[in-house]
Amino acid sequence: MMATQTPPNEVYDAGASKPHRPLWLEVLHGWVTTVDHKKIGLMYIGYSLIFLVVAGFEALLMRIQLAIPNNHFVSPQVFNGLFTVHGTTMVFFVGMPILFGFGNYLIPLMIGARDMAFPRLNAFSFWISAFGGLLLYYSYIGGSGLYGAGSAPDVGWFAYAPLTSRVFSPGHSTDYWTLAVLLSGIGTIGTALNIVATTISMRCPGMKMSRLPLLVWLYLVTSCMTFIAVGPLTAAQIMLMLDRYAGSHFFDTQAGGSAVLWMHFFWIFGHPEVYILVLPAFAFANEIIPVFSRKAIFGYPAMVAASVGIGFISMGVWAHHMFTVGLGPGANTFFVLATMIISVPTGIKIFNWLATLWGGKIHFTVSMMFAIGFLFQFLIAGLTGIMLSVAPLDWQLGNSYFVVAHFHYVLVGAILFMLFSAFYYWYPKVTGRMLSERLGKWHFWLFVIGFHLTFDFMHIPGLLGMPRRIYTYEADRGWMIWNMIVSSGAAVQAVATLLFVFNMVWSYFKGAVAGADPWDAWTLEWSTTSPPPSYNFAQTPTVASRRPLWDLKHPEDPDSNYETEQSLPRTRQEENL
Amino acid sequence: MSDAALISNPNEEWVLPSRGIVGMACLILAEASIFVIFVVAYIFYMGKSLTGPTPKEVLTLPIFTSICLLSSSLTVHAAVSALSRSKRHLCSLWLAATVLLGGIFLAGTAHEWYDLIYNHGLTISTNLFGTTFYSLVGLHATHVLIGLIMLSLALWFSLRGQMTHEHTEKLEVLSLYWHFVDGVWVIVFLVVYVLGR
Repeated sequence: MMATQTPPNEVYDAGASKPHRPLWLEVLHGWVTTVDHKKIGLMYIGYSLIFLVVAGFEALLMRIQLAIPNNHFVSPQVFNGLFTVHGTTMVFFVGMPILFGFGNYLIPLMIGARDMAFPRLNAFSFWISAFGGLLLYYSYIGGSGLYGAGSAPDVGWFAYAPLTSRVFSPGHSTDYWTLAVLLSGIGTIGTALNIVATTISMRCPGMKMSRLPLLVWLYLVTSCMTFIAVGPLTAAQIMLMLDRYAGSHFFDTQAGGSAVLWMHFFWIFGHPEVYILVLPAFAFANEIIPVFSRKAIFGYPAMVAASVGIGFISMGVWAHHMFTVGLGPGANTFFVLATMIISVPTGIKIFNWLATLWGGKIHFTVSMMFAIGFLFQFLIAGLTGIMLSVAPLDWQLGNSYFVVAHFHYVLVGAILFMLFSAFYYWYPKVTGRMLSERLGKWHFWLFVIGFHLTFDFMHIPGLLGMPRRIYTYEADRGWMIWNMIVSSGAAVQAVATLLFVFNMVWSYFKGAVAGADPWDAWTLEWSTTSPPPSYNFAQTPTVASRRPLWDLKHPEDPDSNYETEQSLPRTRQEENL
Repeated sequence: MSDAALISNPNEEWVLPSRGIVGMACLILAEASIFVIFVVAYIFYMGKSLTGPTPKEVLTLPIFTSICLLSSSLTVHAAVSALSRSKRHLCSLWLAATVLLGGIFLAGTAHEWYDLIYNHGLTISTNLFGTTFYSLVGLHATHVLIGLIMLSLALWFSLRGQMTHEHTEKLEVLSLYWHFVDGVWVIVFLVVYVLGR
């Protein structure tokens, strides 16, 4: 992936004249020492794609193990390591970095800036996160240190106490997990800080907050949430390290410490984290759906308000992960209601996207197909979310495969679909070439089929009582056929993903040349060349509306006529309507 | 629609907030959320230690060092305002006073810890009070130490005459961090020495 985004003419273009071809070491040096937001963004994306493949492979191993009853494809110890490392990798070393990678690449371009507010902090944040990811996997070879062979952390991605104490988790694998998460958190806070400072302080003239592209608005909200959510995680990891190395008793139940306190601290991070991951997916939808509907986004202020609303409410719902602990009726009621209320701003968003589609001239590009898939699947994920938010039902379904199916529906059905959509949409900007639409349609349909085979049917063994994280099961439980379907769907998804990787490599060399603005889009990143020069814009742009490129292309009827604060918006004929 | 509605008036001044101050505000927000968790843990475990010593037996109010730390907020503010008026020597003087006051606070904490460890036998592993006390006060002391290192660097540059009027904003960003560290101490003091004792 990284190679596909190296500017052409520099390395791989065979047509480039030999004398100008820089040495491999020079190219590497350029990437390692760069402070350019685009290169750092691409490194974030490349690094997460590598981890996506690794963690996807771990998921496949687990699905092979669970495909048939009484299977011994991997040992129970390896299985525990697999689900721990799969979850940790996907959240901290795929989800966060890939979303921040897109943010890094796009935000300065979208607000007409030449770089982020703190370029060196940006590079630091990337490398510290990358180091965290390496530490997690180093555990496989160095986890037990001098005791012998390495081992993976096997405490689950939320690492409940007291399993993480030294008595129950000897060796160093849990410490590698802690350090990996801690370092990733530091990198995340650094990048979030950078995004907020860039958005507030680096906007080009005329780019008022009320004119920010919605993508930038949502990244602003997500970054502010990061400060409040990742701080507690960092604090909890420091406490865990003190417990394991300095003999303190935060989560040591034998000395009066509380295991439930860890659950609170972890989920105060853990639930906002879900929204930190999903808001960037919403952000992509906010840019892509209008462009392929040939209409301006419906309800811009409502979208901003809903995003800020989600940001606030998501800070007060964490204990819905803890209904089975027995919090008492008062706390349960509060968290049930708070969780249900969050579906209101989320619903506003879905209706706004539908209203954007309504009456639009929809272009079914692969990017748009993934975005439409996202709309439907996110709705279903939200509905199972409301089911699980009902405490009594959660007592029944908590810790079952129903929960696993629900959150994978969000993470894969919504976030990954929107990420694929974003790849098809912005790949031409990054590389200067279009992704193949034909391969893309194969990718889309195969992935949709694989996704639904896996995650629709995964709800059923959950309803039938199959707990998550079990190593294997007896044949007479009635889970067999469902697990078989789920595992076969995983294989289809793997094939689709390979097609996508092939498409990215093939299109880099053979794809149609994109030009600056292949989608006839409206935000500033499409006003510069593809790929953009290192300084982004030769001249700092000035904007007068939310769709500066529309104004440029349609000087006879610019948006700025309709967005003034003094007058109410007037109706007008939309393009092609 | 009249042309006056278009904002693309090139003469209109386009001023945005300072990125340094915005960045520091974000850092303070993130740091505050870390401190909140440690404070919550302290309050949650108050009086739940299974063994002694208890806060009432061993803690004394650090009044003098607290006054030193809080007044260092005033001196660092004076340093910033001296620099903004280009009075560089005055700025050095106020910075030196800040470093001195912060140093007294840190020395006070060191003395308190020495006393607790060697005379009262309270360590981080003794009981829940030790666990939460040393981690919360230690986290704050770490922040004081980092602030002191940065303030000393600023003092060094100021004494060498390398800090001028144009660096006012940078010193102001640093002073924001220092104000935050002092503000946290007010909370820690109230929780540990007033509420918890």
